Amino acid sequence: MITLERRPGPSRFWTAVTPLLAVVLTMVAGGAMFAILGKDPVVAIRTIFWDPLFHPDFAAYSRPQLLVKAAPLILIAIGLSLGFRAGIWNIGAEGQYILGAICGAAVGLGFYPTEAWYVFPLMVLAGGLGGWLWAMIPALLRTRFNSSEILVSLLLVYVAQSILSSMALGALRNPEGGGFPGSRNFASYPSGANPELVAGTGLHWGVAAACIAVIAAFVLLQRHILGFQIRLAGEAPKAARFAGVAPDRLVVLCFGISGTLAGLAGLFEVAGPAGQISIDFGSGYGFTAIIVAFLGRLNPIGILLAGLLMALTYIGGELAQFMLGLPSAAIQAFQGMLLFFLLAVDLLSNYRPRFVGPRRPA
Amino acid sequence: MTRPALLTAEGLTKAYPGVVANSDVSFAIAEGEVHALLGENGAGKSTLVKMIYGLVKPDAGAMTLRGAPFAPSKPSAARARGVAMVFQHFSLFEALNVAENVALGMEKPPRMGELAGRIRTVSRDYGLPLDPDRLVGDLSAGERQRVEIIRCLLQDPKLLIMDEPTSVLTPQEVDILFQTLRQLARKGTAILYISHKLEEIRSLCDTATILRRGKVVASCTPRQKSARELAELMVGKVLNAPARSEAPKGAVALEVANLSLRSPGAFGTALKGVSLAVRKGEILGIAGVAGNGQDELLLALSGELRSARDAVRIDGAGMGDRGPNARRRAGLVAAPEERLGHAAAPDMSLTENALLSGAVRQALVRRGFIDWRATRAFAEGIVRDYDVRTPGVGVAARALSGGNLQKFVVGRELSQDPGVVVVNQPTWGVDASAAAAIRQALIDRAAAGAAVVVISQDLDELIEIADRFAALNGGRLSASRPTRGLSVDEIGLMMGGAHGMEAAHLDHA
Repeated sequence: MITLERRPGPSRFWTAVTPLLAVVLTMVAGGAMFAILGKDPVVAIRTIFWDPLFHPDFAAYSRPQLLVKAAPLILIAIGLSLGFRAGIWNIGAEGQYILGAICGAAVGLGFYPTEAWYVFPLMVLAGGLGGWLWAMIPALLRTRFNSSEILVSLLLVYVAQSILSSMALGALRNPEGGGFPGSRNFASYPSGANPELVAGTGLHWGVAAACIAVIAAFVLLQRHILGFQIRLAGEAPKAARFAGVAPDRLVVLCFGISGTLAGLAGLFEVAGPAGQISIDFGSGYGFTAIIVAFLGRLNPIGILLAGLLMALTYIGGELAQFMLGLPSAAIQAFQGMLLFFLLAVDLLSNYRPRFVGPRRPA
Repeated sequence: MTRPALLTAEGLTKAYPGVVANSDVSFAIAEGEVHALLGENGAGKSTLVKMIYGLVKPDAGAMTLRGAPFAPSKPSAARARGVAMVFQHFSLFEALNVAENVALGMEKPPRMGELAGRIRTVSRDYGLPLDPDRLVGDLSAGERQRVEIIRCLLQDPKLLIMDEPTSVLTPQEVDILFQTLRQLARKGTAILYISHKLEEIRSLCDTATILRRGKVVASCTPRQKSARELAELMVGKVLNAPARSEAPKGAVALEVANLSLRSPGAFGTALKGVSLAVRKGEILGIAGVAGNGQDELLLALSGELRSARDAVRIDGAGMGDRGPNARRRAGLVAAPEERLGHAAAPDMSLTENALLSGAVRQALVRRGFIDWRATRAFAEGIVRDYDVRTPGVGVAARALSGGNLQKFVVGRELSQDPGVVVVNQPTWGVDASAAAAIRQALIDRAAAGAAVVVISQDLDELIEIADRFAALNGGRLSASRPTRGLSVDEIGLMMGGAHGMEAAHLDHA
């Protein structure tokens, strides 16, 4: 029989090791699942984790994809992690991501075809602002009327998706697109584009923004009083009030930061890899970023690694579908296992398992 | 006359990783005896009673109950043999009534009507007035304790264990409790009584076993010892009474005028027209049974609850509508009662906890950035000056014992050179020597010119350190009176007497 004993303090060792353990357990359980599906588990795991980076034929295409996919995940997850640490639940990053893309793209398309250096910076500003505004709705409803920020932010995602369809079909539709839905493509508008900065790497301005966000969040949490207040509010809300933290201010602030970063991620995506506003622009980065935030233990460095890992499983998953004919449901189950094992082994950082033999009769 | 032994313990030993809680503890309780278990926090009292009550299994040693071997594997086994326990912290549901709460603790509860009848009978027999139909949320702490005691008495116990039962009672309620306990003892029930209130033990108990660092260091008849001798046996060293400051008092530093506030909690107490004034160099003691508005008063003074601007004045400036940090800047520091979770964040280090309330007055933050070096030095200073026993300032607050964390919390506030100090329950659950150190520090801070408000349920503490005395009852604060010359009875009346005393008189008539 196993009993759990609470540790006197959270174990640093296990806090660091559990994500790795979760990845290993996911490989074992996922490998078993692939074996049941009749695939060679070793080949399947290698296809997901190894081939996207090192396969002689595909790596040239898939390696840059790693940064392209990881950057929005990291950027959004960093913003979310601040709120999550303070017990403030922004579940609607997907909506803020979409609104950021719409606002930024609208500004860029408004300037079309003017070629000037200031177009892209203005788009970035508008993108951040759009995400921020969309996040302020749940934040203010929470502080004014104490409504659940979880529900409001989540439901606003569906509103955002409707606005997206309307924009793709209406206001932002390409007038030269022959009536097809979707805006002009920024790839053909240099002043408004977010291009690959170094060919063959996937590096674009969003990747740079994600790196800055990781560093800024790290400094904020380690050195700044605001980061301390965020951590305090999450760990001991009463102590936070005693320390003079105003809970409402924190809600507005955390929603503001996460909304802005999600909006920026949307703008960099629409001006770069996606290229245009289209009906299916919302690809779930805002939801996946929640997993990334927790996979990275709400720690900026952890989120950086988790974002890269999550991007790898996406790219590798696609590759496995294509190469091995694995069903996409199996890939999703595999990604689900990762989160499941992470949460399960998380127990070890606060509890110590003890193995107790069966009680002998006296 | 020697009474037959009810419970004997022989060589009880229990070790936890890193600490031996009980080492070779032997003692005996006779039938009908009131037996005191004395010792500082961490001396091993709780571990010992947990072994008797079946919550903890001893590593070595044996017990007998009425001559037969006794090794309870769980509390229900101990209860089946006639051992009952009233815990220091009540385990009651506020939204349920008394009878329902009692039923929840029983293995086979009878029908509600029948149970209510039995509760009435027991409460009449033992002079413990209690209405089975009332909601526990509406009861005073003393009444809640009666629920716990009656829950035990319904099992007709042979041994009743009581863990610090009087810490939440008014003097009159203590009298009622002691009458009940003496009555039980006369009927042959043995009582194991845990307390660190020495005068109580001297008046109530027949025998005392004194523990220090897990070992029995003495066993005596408390009536034949002075309270000081008992304390010195517990601590193992000579104790000095705190030296009172006789310095002349200065201008009024903290003034509260007609402060009324609703409580933030559903079962809290609203403050009703509270007024007080404290001069520089003066200590105002505020007594009252828990739940009479102490927490709300502390929140209103610390700035966590806002009021009208002029309801709270610090050095003459209206501060009622300002938050905690503005008040800290104005010179007011506060130490709430709840150490873990309110005064300190459990999982944060002592350094981080030093920053929690020290950031403003110690200038630990510059342009939003934390000066961790200065913060660490501040935390190390607190640990050194207030004798906080810890391996270092990097350990989490929850790893410290209650007494050490309390020394840290009080020290953190007093180290900030404050003009006004507000503390709630500064020595609750703190061992004798740490309590003496904390009281002395409060007196020293007053002598250095601070106005000090001490909210406490420990009357002996208030009499020892306060210059003036007031009582909170139902959210109202009495007028303050000089402490010198006040008798315990007068204090009891200021606190509003015993809850339910009228009913008790009726039963005796």
